[in-house]
This record gives sequence, structure tokens and C-alpha cells, in this order.
Amino acid sequence: MKPAPFDYIRPDSVDEAIGVLGEYGDDARVIAGGQSLLPMLNMRLVRPEVLIDISRLDELKQLEKTGSGVRIGAGVTQGALAIWVGLEPDLPLIARALPNVGHFQTRNRGTVCGSICHADPSSELPLCLALLEGEVELRSDRGARRVPASDFQQGVLNTAREADELATNVVFPAASNGAAYAFDEFNHRHGDFAVVAVAARSEGARISLAVGGVADRPEVRHWTGLEGSAIDDALNDLAWELGGNDDIHATAQYRRQLVRHLGRKVIEETAR
Amino acid sequence: MTKFAMPEEIREGDTHVGRRMLRVEDRSLLRGEGQFVDDVPVKKGTLHAAFLRSPHGHAEIINIDTSRAEEMPGVFAVLTGREVAEQTNPMIVGFENPIDYYGMAVDKVRYVGEPVVAVAAVDRYRAEDALDLIEVTYNVLRAAVDPVEACEPEAPLIHPRADSNCVSKRNFVHGEPDKAFAEADRTTELTIRYPRNSITPMETYAVLSEPNAETGGFDVLSNFQGPFSVHTVMALALRIRTASLRHRSPKNSGGSFGSKLVIFPYIVVLCVLARKARRPVKWIEDRLEHLSASSVAPNRVTRVEAAYGNDGIVTGLRLTHWDDHGAYLRAPMPAPIYRMHGVSTNGYDIRNLAVTNHIVMTNKCPTGAVRGFGGPQLYFAVERMMHKIATELGIDPLELMRRNMVRADQFPYKAIAGALLDSGDYLRTIDETVTEGGLDALKKRRDEARAQGKLYGIGYAACVEPSQSNMGYISTLKTGLERERAGPKDGAVASVTVSVDALGSVNVIGDSVPQGQGHQTALSQIVADQLGLDPEEIVVSLDTDTSKDGWSIAAGNYSCRFAPASASAAHQAAFRVREKMARIAATRLNVPPGDVEFSGGRIHAANNPENAIPFYRVGGLAHWSPSSLPDDVEPGIRETAMWNAPELTPTTANDEINTSLAYGFGFDFCGVEIDRDTGVVRVDHYVSAHDCGTILNPGLAEGQIRGSWASAWGATFIEEFCYDDDGTFRSGSFAEYLVPTATELPDFQIVHPTPHPSPYTRLGAKGIAEGNQYTTPVCVANAVADALGIEDVQLPLKPAKVLRWIGGAEPPPSKGIQTNAPAQRNPSAIEVSGQMEVPAPPQEVWDLLLDPDRMARLIPGCERLVKTGDDRFNGTVMLGVGPVKGRFDVNIELAELDAPRRTTLTGTADGPLGSSRGQGSFVIEDSAAGSTVAYDVSVELSGKVAAVGGRMIKGAARQLIDRFMRALVRQAGGGGQAAPARHRSGFLAWLMRLVGGGR
Repeated sequence: MKPAPFDYIRPDSVDEAIGVLGEYGDDARVIAGGQSLLPMLNMRLVRPEVLIDISRLDELKQLEKTGSGVRIGAGVTQGALAIWVGLEPDLPLIARALPNVGHFQTRNRGTVCGSICHADPSSELPLCLALLEGEVELRSDRGARRVPASDFQQGVLNTAREADELATNVVFPAASNGAAYAFDEFNHRHGDFAVVAVAARSEGARISLAVGGVADRPEVRHWTGLEGSAIDDALNDLAWELGGNDDIHATAQYRRQLVRHLGRKVIEETAR
Repeated sequence: MTKFAMPEEIREGDTHVGRRMLRVEDRSLLRGEGQFVDDVPVKKGTLHAAFLRSPHGHAEIINIDTSRAEEMPGVFAVLTGREVAEQTNPMIVGFENPIDYYGMAVDKVRYVGEPVVAVAAVDRYRAEDALDLIEVTYNVLRAAVDPVEACEPEAPLIHPRADSNCVSKRNFVHGEPDKAFAEADRTTELTIRYPRNSITPMETYAVLSEPNAETGGFDVLSNFQGPFSVHTVMALALRIRTASLRHRSPKNSGGSFGSKLVIFPYIVVLCVLARKARRPVKWIEDRLEHLSASSVAPNRVTRVEAAYGNDGIVTGLRLTHWDDHGAYLRAPMPAPIYRMHGVSTNGYDIRNLAVTNHIVMTNKCPTGAVRGFGGPQLYFAVERMMHKIATELGIDPLELMRRNMVRADQFPYKAIAGALLDSGDYLRTIDETVTEGGLDALKKRRDEARAQGKLYGIGYAACVEPSQSNMGYISTLKTGLERERAGPKDGAVASVTVSVDALGSVNVIGDSVPQGQGHQTALSQIVADQLGLDPEEIVVSLDTDTSKDGWSIAAGNYSCRFAPASASAAHQAAFRVREKMARIAATRLNVPPGDVEFSGGRIHAANNPENAIPFYRVGGLAHWSPSSLPDDVEPGIRETAMWNAPELTPTTANDEINTSLAYGFGFDFCGVEIDRDTGVVRVDHYVSAHDCGTILNPGLAEGQIRGSWASAWGATFIEEFCYDDDGTFRSGSFAEYLVPTATELPDFQIVHPTPHPSPYTRLGAKGIAEGNQYTTPVCVANAVADALGIEDVQLPLKPAKVLRWIGGAEPPPSKGIQTNAPAQRNPSAIEVSGQMEVPAPPQEVWDLLLDPDRMARLIPGCERLVKTGDDRFNGTVMLGVGPVKGRFDVNIELAELDAPRRTTLTGTADGPLGSSRGQGSFVIEDSAAGSTVAYDVSVELSGKVAAVGGRMIKGAARQLIDRFMRALVRQAGGGGQAAPARHRSGFLAWLMRLVGGGR
């Protein structure tokens, strides 16, 4: 369990990082916290020619509230976000989801952007980004662009990021006053990848629900004026639509049951 | 809830034995100053080994090409299984069998993870780089996975010299079971499938092997745990004198739970590798290697039948076991089933017993020792049966258990299969536990919960806890005649040496090979009591060296051997030292040796403490002045006890065997609540009691109970090694093989019942390390059976499974909902079927699909694709999803071609990430848009990605297909029109799905 040979580059600036990334493209991998990448490297599932370490770039450690929401640099760890003073007022959903992201130790290294770029279909942070309709900021030698969450994560471990692009920030829209948020997930052990994770947002009669761990990426649905058994019916149809997979942890049918059960739970929680 | 004090009555006066004291080990361990194998400095030039392992459950090895690896700079030796077979003897097992086992695959691979080639290089990185350069060609065979099906004549035969995958079948009859069944009021039966699990130590296998030119043998350092009987197996395999195989173990071992017994095949292989490399070679097993290929407990199918009266008295028991030992037997396998043979009737006074043992080979990781060693499987069957009988009779299960228990006045009790239950009062233990653990309140709680419509159940389980295994029990597997030919085997010798130096310092060495249990602490307590010293003054060194230590074949750390055996040996050695020092002191004190006492660092006259000599002075006399010793006293003070118990007798002619020396008793009860919506079983209240006789150190004992509870909770709820029907391994990381952590474990109540010391051990102590492995799984299962009113409770209790037991149909979707729910025919395969529109006529699509040059451009990552024959293609494709990529060698064969309408194809894809085989059919029809391509494919994937990436494989496969289809549509003239959301296909989409392994 040792990685195949690779070159290691630690750029001194974002510009330099982008330059190197432009040079190597798909043969390079960006490492920030390394909590997903290192095990894959060690098992030789991933064999980059070059590893570009952005973990020490101060430019990427910004965590600030902007006009469009909370902007989180690619060097910000999940642990740093967890103790950020604005977390509860501005990102109440993330406040509920973060304790489920790995473990205390992994959160001290793992980054928010890293989790989103890794695009594990069961991960909590991509799920929250999808529900909140956040954006990912990408930069390359060709310029910068912002990609909405719904376009960013495309499938298992796959995103809209081009090979020469560096995800520099993610932006989570700040909570609106009239909205309520809830998060829940099922796993066999605390800190594991969720078998099913759900996040809900309610504002007035509008309900939004995001489901992770069932389809190949987080799926979001919006309903208006849904009440009583109509919620169960909508959740049941969503469960069937997403289908789910059988694996050693759970059956597809069980995943659908969790969509119905946890979906109802978080929707009710936001209605309270 | 937990009381952290142990009961007063086990403290005898002011002795150190029985006292809770801080562990002497922890001073170094908590500072990170322990010494494990990887901490031991190695010689300059030491090489590092890595293994190329089988991606298949069952396959012939057609060819191994190691030439490129051998040429790689930094590589010193490349070793195949064939070479090992030429240079060693097959490793022996306790009975004649048709298995040739060399520690590496020879001609065939028989489980995923089996070592195929070993490499020694200057570091582990380069050793693994070299593995990438080795090419192995396999012919994949059908696998045998289920232990009952594997015994059928049509099952694929795993070992060619065998007649059947059942390599040993023995019938045992004790008493008159047929008569009991014929005469019983009632009979009933139940089938149990106990899962395959292990207990995973933090420190994995670690071996350092060096050829020794002086002896012609090898010097080995490893974290091997014993039994040292296996030392003989290694030396015989290596064709060297046993004395030429010097084995050392360091001071610390990072847990074992039994697993570090079968490190020995690796020791043999690494010795051969080191000899070939002419250098010391070191190997530290990684986690994927450990989970896939080290050692597991056998999974077992048991059909249990009982004969019983209307009064609930069980008169007969029949047990038919199919014990699944995976691909090979390694000494002392198949020991677990035989270690428990003598206690097949648990703590019940059942006098008629029939047992049939099938020892079965399957295409899975071979077995070894795991804490509990055959007990969890056995007691799950017996205790589930007691619960079932109670349910059938409408009797409270605990009442039924009590009616059948061995009574206090029957001890020592000779169980019908031969166990000599030494001491105990089982009913008293149950009474004390029920009272202190609050069973009445729990029953009320259950009634209230049920009144509220909740699913709540109470379970009970009892166990006899064997400790200190009889080295002869495995011979029970042989017939009486075979045993007679082989000569008697029995006993279980433990060795401890106590010495006192010229300044009165006390040194203790022993053969107990601790793995974190606190042996140093307990031995210091025992010796301190004998010599009137403080435990702090005793230095205990438990690293081992076979060339210098006192040891016998039973040495090691397994089967709860420490408390009865090592403690007795320490007591005996210290007692001898005391006797000798008393004789020396007596001459100085002018009193008879019998009137001498030891306390506070002094040796004094019993009736006059002032008449004393310092302990160290006696030590000094023995070393500095042999002339002043009494005539028949040898100089120096060093006593080695080789302790054995006469009760450990060989198997009798009628197959009775006292499998262990001491038998503790455990009793648990619990209440569980099951969530109707999620199937989650929550342990609401759990009570566990263990009578292990004299407790040496309450803190150590409680640590064992808590540790056993934790691993038993894991076995009950989440731990299982999963294999597909084709032998594909699915549990290759800690994200797949789930182990409980402190976060998941509920607290529980430990009850300390009145102890009943063993009359057969010197301190009355019995083992306590395995109790909850026996009781907890079945206690919880009985509670689940009680809650749901069901009979078929199979572990682990994963919620998806429990929810099925609760029942209730899944609500169907509304009309018109497009579902992505899978309709699986073969649950282990990736199956995709569907159809898609391609904007080109069928002939064009057909031509495209059969044109390798155009397809090569079409397939992302295709580096080469050539036609190798009629309808045969070979290619190299770099495939994967996201960052996970690998190069695959792909072979495709088309058949039943009906141009341009339909074809079927079969194919393989092989690369370092994994290996796959599949087949599919494709039908192309005219449509308004051009063509409709309908496909139906099934692919099975094995190897590394299947082992660690199961969660994402199907999603990855879909993504690859999607990507291919976009390209196909574009190429066929669709102008890059987005592919439909659901799967579409073509033959190379299938090809890509082959490597859905790409994760």
C-alpha cells in the first residue's frame, strides 16, 4: 500500500498552482487535505504524475461572508469551518451536517472544497451545496468561472472541473430569515460514508429536499404546498425514481425506505 | 451504570493477586515507547517484501512473466509459488489431507488475495512498483463459496487430490442420541448460518527474516503469537532442524485476537525469499492484505436438532456442522470446532449427543484463530435452540435454561462429549445476575414498550467458557485407530522462569507472548506475593527467543491460556524460588525452612519478625558465596517451571475429550428495541456476568470483558467478510469491513457473581477473555427473535436485513414514475439493460461497432485496439472515473453475429485495479431517429477495486457507459446530442463497464 512514483510540487501562489495545473492537466492531482486522495494514492487506484499541494497557500484560506453568501477558500479545512463564528447564523444546515463529515481528526485536515471536488455521491458537503444551490469558483490560465452546484457534480467522483482548472472557492448562499433547515443521515457507524443522507429546506410553502447516497450524485427536488400524506407520496416517488443500488452495506430497497423515512423526518423538522 | 470496582470477596487479605493496580506496561505504551516489530532496528541492506496477489477467487495460473520485474533496479529477488514448492515441504496439518499448502499459490489460485509472486526490493515502494511489472495469465474457474453447496458432487473441486471439498467428515455419538430422539415427547430443529468475521488488530502481521549461515537456517523476528507447536511446522516446511529456526518476538504486539497464529506461512515464504535475495527481508502487512488474506474465523452452517420432554428437559442433541475453512487448512486448523467438542452441550446436563463435522474447503481466505475459537458458532446454535424449545413449549426461556443446567452438586461434571467442567454454580450465577442486573424491571420495560406498539424483546444466553486448551484435542478429528498409530497427544505446558540476582532483583520471563493484555502486570503480582515484594520490584520480560527461552509446544497466547496456565507456571516457579531462598535464609535465622516467611523485602522467622534477613542478602549469598549455602542447594537462583495439569488427558477410544482445563461460566441477558421504520436494533439494556474463578487483577479482567463485548457487538451487528458467488471479495477496507468504535458501543452492566475457583489451576483462576464472544451474539439474536416472533435470525443484524424480517410490502410508485431501481438476477454482477436511440441507420452503427480503428478513436482512453481474429478484438484501454484510472488489457469475442441486427459477446479485462468477465447481447433495430440499440449485459468484477470500491462501482459503470454513448452518438452523426439519462449501450460501452472497476 505505497503510491506509485509521482512528482510533488508545492506552489507559492495560486497563479503558480494554476500554471502548473495548466501544464500537467489530467496528469496532475491537486492535494489539499488529502483525506480521500491519500488512501487512493496508497492503493494505487490513483496514479498522478504530479501532485500539486495547495494546502499552504494563504490566499486559499479565506473564509468570509460576501454579498452572495459565505465564500470558502480551497485551503479551509472542515474543522476551521466548524469553529467559524458565522457558521450557525449563516450556514445552519452546514452546522448540522459537519459533525457527520468523517471524524474530528479527518476534519482537521480535510477541506470543504476538497470534499466537494472529490464528488463522492454519499458525502454531506456536496449534498448541502446542492440543496443550497451554491457555486464552485474555478480558475485556470484561460480565466475564471463560477459553476452552479447542479452542474458541478456530474456523477461518481466526476465534476465539471476541467483538467486545467483549480477550484479556488465554494460559495454557500447564506441562510435566509424565513427558511428552516434540517439534516439527517443513516450509517452503520458515526463518521462513515452515509448509506443515505438527506437535507431539507423549507420557506413558506416551498420545500426543497436533497438526497445523497442513492443516485450517483446528490439529487434535489422542490415541492410547493405539499402536506400530510402527499409528502409521503412525493417521497415514495422520489425514492423509486432514484432507485438506489445494492451493496454490502444496504439494499436498494432499504435505501428507498431511508429516503421515505429520513425525508419525512427532515421535512417535518423544517416545518416545526 | 457501570461499576468500576470488583467485588471484595475475591481479595484475599493483602495479597497483590486480586488487587486492581495500574498496568506496568502502560508507562511505555502511553508514551509511544512500546517496541513492536517495526520499531526494532534492522541491519543495513535489509530488503522489503511485497506480494502480488490473486484478483480471482478460483483460477488456473497459465503463465507468470516476472522478467520485467527482475530487471528493475532495486529488486533483489522475485519468487513464485512454484519455486517455494520446489524448495519447501507442504506445511503439515494435524491429519492426513489432500491439500498441498506452501503459503503461496502453485498452479492455481484459490482465493482473492492469495500470494502469487513475492518481491524483495530496497524499499516497499519499489517492491510494489515491481509488482506492477509482473504479468500473470489466469484461466478463471467456477468458484465454491457456500460451505454446504461446496460439498455437493457438482461443486468445483478446489484441491485436485481431494475427492470432495469436504476434506474431513467425522460422526460422533455420545450416549444414545437415536434412542433419545425416538423416545422424546417432542423434537425440533433449526438451521444456523454463522457469518465469517474476525477481530482486526491495530498492528498487522510483521516479519523480519534473515538467513543464518552458521546454522543453515534462519533468524526470524515476528509478532507470531503461538502456539509454538507451529514452530515445528515451519522448520519441517523449510527442511531445517527446528533448532536452526530461531524465532524471536518483540516486547509488544499490537493486538492479535488470534489472528497472529497463521502468520507462520508468511514466515516460511519470507525465509525462502530472504535466502534467494541473500539479505534480510522485512514485511509489514498492509490493511488490504490483512483483511483479504490473513486469517478469519470459519463461517459455519449448523443444523441443530433437539429431543425434549413436555417438561422442557432436553434429552438429546444432534449437531451437524459445515465448517467453512476457506481455501487451505493451516495448523492447527480445523481446531475451532474440535476445541469446543467436549462442551457441545454447553452448560446443560444433556446426556445424549450426536455430532457430525464437515470440514469444508471454499474459495475464501483460509481460517485461523479468532477470539472465541469455535465457541460463537456452537453456542449460537445451542442457545438459539434453547430459546426455540421454550417458545414451542410456552415456557420462559430462562426457566427452560435453568431446568437443564448442570447443578452445583454435580461438579466436577463430566460432560457427555468429555469436558470435565471443573467448578461452578450456574444457577447461583444466574440468580445473582438476574437480581443485580434488574431482570424484573426489564420485563416491565418490555411490557410497557409493547403496550405502546414498540418492537421490544428480551434475550438470554449462557456459556461455558473453556480456558487452556488441551494440545491433544485436535486429534479427536482422527479415528481411534489413527490416534493409536500417531501416539498420544495431550497436556498444555506453560513455562515461566523466575530468577533472583546478586542484589536481590527479581527477573521473570515467560512464554505467554502478550498482545496488550497486561501479562507483565499480572505476573508481577503473582511473583510479588510469593516473595514478599512489591510488584513494582519485579521486572517481567515477555519478549521471546526460541533459542534461549524455556518453552514447549503449547507456548503462546491463545484460548484463554494465560490465567490458568501462565499464572500457574509463574506461581510454581516463584514458589520454587521461595522454597530455595527459605532454605538459605533458614540457616541464617536458625529456624526450620518451613517456619520462614517473606514480607516487606525481608525474610524472617514466622514467629519472630525481628529475626530477619533482607531479601537481597539471600540473593547475594546464592551468587557470591556458594560455599555458605546448605549442602544440597545449587548456587544462583533461577527456577523454570514447566507447568501442566494432569486433567488434560488424550482423546479416549470413544472420542471423549477434555478439551480444556478450566471452564468458567458466563450468563447474559438483554433488552432490545427495534425501529419499525429503519430496522435498527438498539441494545436498550445489557447485563453480562462471568464467573472465572479467582480474579488475578480486576482491572485486567474487566478490560477483557469490555474488549470481548466490543468485538462481539461488532460480530452481532456489523462485521462480516462478504464474498460474491464467484469468490469476489468485497470487504477490503475499513469502509467495507465495519469495526465498532467507542462511538457505536452502548454501555453495559457487568455483574460480578460469586467466584468458583478452579481446583485444577494453582491460583484457581480461569480464562475470561472470550466470554462475550460466546454469549453476546446469541443473546441479542434471542432478543430479536423475541421481539419479532421469528425463528430465522442470522447475523450480522444489518438494518436492511432486519427490516425484511419485520415485513410489510414496499409501497409502489405512482403511475408513470420512471424507476431506476435495479432488477437483479445475479446480485454479484453489474447488470445493465435498456435501449437508446442512435441517429444513424443500423448498418452504419453496426459497421462502426465492428471497426477497431474507428472504435479506438471513439473510446476515451483507448490506446490500442486490434482485430486478432474473426470477431476477436484485443486492446489496451486506460479507463476509470474521476481520478481513479487504470490500464486494462481487454479481450472481446463476438458470437451469434447476425449483421446488422444482433450479436452476443463475451470478454475479459485485466489490470492492476481489477479483473472482470462478462457477457451481453445487443440488438439493433430501425427507428425514426435512425436506430434503436437494445442491450442486456452482465459483468462480474473482482480484485482490488471490487474489494474496496463496492459502494461506487455501479455508479462508475453507468458513468463510463454514459461517456461512451455520448461519443457514439457524436460519431454516428448526432452532433453531440446529449445521451438520455438512463443507460444506453453498445458493445464497447459494455467493454467500458467491464472496468466499471474503474470505480
